[in-house]
Amino acid sequence: MSARTLPLLFLNLGGEMLYILDQRLRAQSIPGEKARKVMNDIISTMFNRKFMEELFKPQELYSKKALRTVYDRLAHASIMRLNQASMDKLYDLMTMAFKYQVLLCPRPRDILLVTFNHLDAIKDFIYESPAILNQVDETFRQLIETYSCLPDGEFQLIRQTLLIFFQDMHIRVSIFLKDKVQNSNGRFVLPISGPVPWGTEVPGLIRIFNHKGVEVKRTEFTTAGNYVTPQREGSFELYGDRVLKLGTNMYSVSRPVETHVAGSSKNLASRAKENTVPNPLAKEELNFLARLLGGLDIQKPAGGETGFRLNLFTTDEEEEHAAQTRPEDLSYKVINIEATQEPGRRAELSRILGELEVAEPRPGSAEKGEDLLALMDGL
Amino acid sequence: MAAAGTGYRRERALALRNSSSALYNNLTVLCPPARPPRAFGAVHGTTLSLLGPEGPPRQLPARGGGSALSTPLLTQMYEADGSTLVFWHALDVPEHPAAHSVFARGISAAGERFICVGTSSGAVLVFDIPPKGTNVTLSEVLEQHRDPVTDIAAEQGQAPEAAGDLVTADDSGTLCLWSTGEEFTLLGRIPGSGCTCSSVTLWNGIVAAGYGNGQIRLWEAGTGQLRAQVSAHARWIYALDLAPLTGKLLSGAEDSFVHVWKLSRDPDTDDVEIRHCHAECVTDTQVCGARFCDPAGDTFAVTGYDLSEILCYGPA
Repeated sequence: MSARTLPLLFLNLGGEMLYILDQRLRAQSIPGEKARKVMNDIISTMFNRKFMEELFKPQELYSKKALRTVYDRLAHASIMRLNQASMDKLYDLMTMAFKYQVLLCPRPRDILLVTFNHLDAIKDFIYESPAILNQVDETFRQLIETYSCLPDGEFQLIRQTLLIFFQDMHIRVSIFLKDKVQNSNGRFVLPISGPVPWGTEVPGLIRIFNHKGVEVKRTEFTTAGNYVTPQREGSFELYGDRVLKLGTNMYSVSRPVETHVAGSSKNLASRAKENTVPNPLAKEELNFLARLLGGLDIQKPAGGETGFRLNLFTTDEEEEHAAQTRPEDLSYKVINIEATQEPGRRAELSRILGELEVAEPRPGSAEKGEDLLALMDGL
Repeated sequence: MAAAGTGYRRERALALRNSSSALYNNLTVLCPPARPPRAFGAVHGTTLSLLGPEGPPRQLPARGGGSALSTPLLTQMYEADGSTLVFWHALDVPEHPAAHSVFARGISAAGERFICVGTSSGAVLVFDIPPKGTNVTLSEVLEQHRDPVTDIAAEQGQAPEAAGDLVTADDSGTLCLWSTGEEFTLLGRIPGSGCTCSSVTLWNGIVAAGYGNGQIRLWEAGTGQLRAQVSAHARWIYALDLAPLTGKLLSGAEDSFVHVWKLSRDPDTDDVEIRHCHAECVTDTQVCGARFCDPAGDTFAVTGYDLSEILCYGPA
């Protein structure tokens, strides 16, 4: 599958995370200064140059578990804290939103427009900070450089890689259910009307050519679909009208974000499988995390700043209840790694990783991958 | 006009243990000539889900394990019931993943004793399958495509003179026509226009090709001439199949639609004809595999992304 998928996955999920955090900060009436600081800190960390360098290296996608750890770190890059239940819900919302966007993209290439929508919105969040704005623009340029010249077939491969990543996720999101873009069984509604993708013709025409290449006949057929020609193509430049609405902010203070986590997937067997299948790449994943997180420049809060806790639920009781009732097969089993930039610490981490590989599996525990990850919890 | 002709209706759904991945041509059906029971296969990540005529569905993982997203670069061949691994072949894996992805895609039996497998470099591997025993060998590597191979199809009817009996397709839309044998010969090349050809079939010297822009094009295999162009689907086509006894063509795409068409040739003008027979909307599903289950095309089966079933359709 495609080795160029990670930057798109990371940036779009990150964008969704920022939309949700922004909405919750306002819903929870966090003072403007604090809210702005949180957003600035997270965005500045996300678009850190070293981190972006690691991200853009051609590499395979890692598991949802490994990726979740990076967002955990990011969400805690400032004075804000989130409980496990809120972090779980945040990640559910982020992933379902991007899954929806990938699925509904008219052309595979439009995933780039979705990414640009997210970046355009991020730039709005930090328009008052020219330094961070610069970082985001740098990443924008790198996206354009890396992806603009790729052929459609390669974009479809990227899309297929993303769809495999999101396969079997059917968590129901309140805002999607209300807008009728998701069914009560968790599957997204795929419309059979509206504009066709740019470059595609409205279905219906059959043209016949003779052996000299001259058109000799035209016939038409009709189907239940109700398609129209698109107006114009979205812009792939640094600035421009993207036309596509996918990837723009669908949350506002008046639309609370809820998810239904219990009984979301009929095929629980295949979900459970994902968490128990032996993972011989666990060491690879940990190396990847160490490299990626090592590049994250997490600022410790200055003396005068008081932290606060953000709640993704409407009350603390709800959050507590969610934590206790989350189905086993949907738990993300977060890894806690103290990875920093210091080469000394990094070498130490590698040594620890090396040592862990030889460790005997815990009795009763079947999978080597699970052991490594569980052991890392204790670091 | 909506064409009359045989209608179809949904008959039943066969449960798979896993859902199907969004990969081109993601359904294969084994139709033994004598009896109706069939076997079905669909891909989920790095696992093949196999559904036989009897017994529960099985799963055949790709050797070497790995995450669903770092697919190992293998060809594996099993007995038809999935019981025994008969042969495997690994492609060269570069030390560090290059910016260009490396994978195998597109597979077809060809010329009675070969199996051809496409790769992301554009090369097509030709394996020689002995009539008895397991001594499969790599017979040839065909290097005509410059873009990743998408699909390979063998002639299912009677090839006219010089038309070739194998067609290979790639991401740029380029089609290559081959004649199979001890040594494969390139007979012709239909250059692509940049639009991916994701699925292809060959019947009586007519190439039917499905494209990323939703079009189906019919080409004369012998001359490379375009004979028909259909604005068939509103989204990327993922699967095409052909029923050799009747010339029925099946197309499935991301737009949730499966269409049945009828191919024919006017005996006087030699013009290729294609007319629309039936449209089926698989609600809220991006179709990724579609195959006829009998050589006349009276029945067909469909898979979709995230769907844990194979949907079967029969005569109305």
